[in-house]
Amino acid sequence: MEKGIMKYGLFLGCTIPARSRNYELSARAIASRLDLEFIEIEDFACCGFPLEASDEMGALLLGAMNLCLAEEKGLDICALCSACASMLTKTAYHLDNDQKLKEKVNRELAKIDKEYKGTVKVKHFARILLEDVGLKRIKRETKRDLKGLKVATHYGCHYLKPSYIYEGFDDPQDAQTLELILEAVGVSNIQYRRKKDCCGGPVLLSDEEVALRVTEEKLRNVKEAGADCMNLVCPFCSLMFDANQKGIETKSGIEFDIPVLYLPQIIGLAMGFSRKELGLNLNSVNTKELESALEASRLS
Amino acid sequence: MRYGNVRRRFSFKDSDPDFIREIQSSDFIGRFRCCYSCGTCTAGCPVHRVNKDYDPLRIMRMLVLGLREELVKGDMIWLCSDCYTCQENCPMEVKITDIINHLKNLATHEGHAPLGVSTQEKLLKDQGKIYIIDEFDNKKREKGGLPSLPAMAEEAKRLLRRK
Repeated sequence: MEKGIMKYGLFLGCTIPARSRNYELSARAIASRLDLEFIEIEDFACCGFPLEASDEMGALLLGAMNLCLAEEKGLDICALCSACASMLTKTAYHLDNDQKLKEKVNRELAKIDKEYKGTVKVKHFARILLEDVGLKRIKRETKRDLKGLKVATHYGCHYLKPSYIYEGFDDPQDAQTLELILEAVGVSNIQYRRKKDCCGGPVLLSDEEVALRVTEEKLRNVKEAGADCMNLVCPFCSLMFDANQKGIETKSGIEFDIPVLYLPQIIGLAMGFSRKELGLNLNSVNTKELESALEASRLS
Repeated sequence: MRYGNVRRRFSFKDSDPDFIREIQSSDFIGRFRCCYSCGTCTAGCPVHRVNKDYDPLRIMRMLVLGLREELVKGDMIWLCSDCYTCQENCPMEVKITDIINHLKNLATHEGHAPLGVSTQEKLLKDQGKIYIIDEFDNKKREKGGLPSLPAMAEEAKRLLRRK
């Protein structure tokens, strides 16, 4: 059963268009093969997440404004960043469950001629792949077996938490969804100690040393398990594991050398997209060795 | 950053009953008094594992005792990574992470936010997004076949402008 073209307002947030074009490139690339159409909404702003610690109301207003923009176009939202997905979902959750709060927010939104109605659904890109595209379809588009590629998945925090906003989608205590998708493209999912732990990212603003130590712990555990690469779905996590990996190596004296890929980069490799199409050239930890190993196993 | 004072003895004279009432009055985060100090929050905390000065159970106890000043002026709450592990694990369903987040808001309101946090807040309110997308960014985006984006989010700026 084909569902036809599925349209979503693509919510990029702040970090992805400026700092994580590899995520955006690979997501758009695989979406084009899966009948997903992304509609650009130019006025989308920050999701509000970075304001949550200092101005809860401001964060909620920003979240609500973004929801309104999608509502005006009659579109659901696809978020690539886990923090964006979480903030927008949380905003809708609070506004839909608290009439007084909704009225208060709408009074503020009226200043820019907006009103939140509650007709928009927010989904993370990975959730769309699983629920709307479906594993069968993803499997069908796979041109190349990634068998033997040992991937350690990092679910991160806001993709599934706080769970009260996500209506039972996956179980943060025993998450499966990202690995189910990887399984569909032939990857060997490997398990490692303290898989549920955070990347440390949000502490960067207040204490860099502590933040990087949390990241280091996780890199150690992934290394110990013998992973070929990491898989993740959030630009903040990528910043910690990929961009900061060299610095952590220097500080700790441990050589990790673990490529950190976004989920659509791995799926894209299975679909036969090129290095450049998936933005692998933009990853901080070099992925060339990984790619040639895959190439070699394909030819053999 | 200093985490002084976290191990010192507290005096009940420092307790602020209004603070307890204030937090408790929120339907949303008011369940904190159900905490029976089991320590599951701290046991699972990834930040506690690398820095013992950070201790979510301690934050919950300080809250139950009404130690507002200690919480709001101290540095401890700012070490929370917002990962929700404690909240998801809590057997009494105390919304620990949401509570700590609210405490960060109170602290910010009184001028105790770390420089990084207040700088980010200002940036966001001035631009509507964290990073401005300049011409250089858009050139790189176009080269990769990505649509160009406006530099700032004007509508958001208007929305967040102080009256």
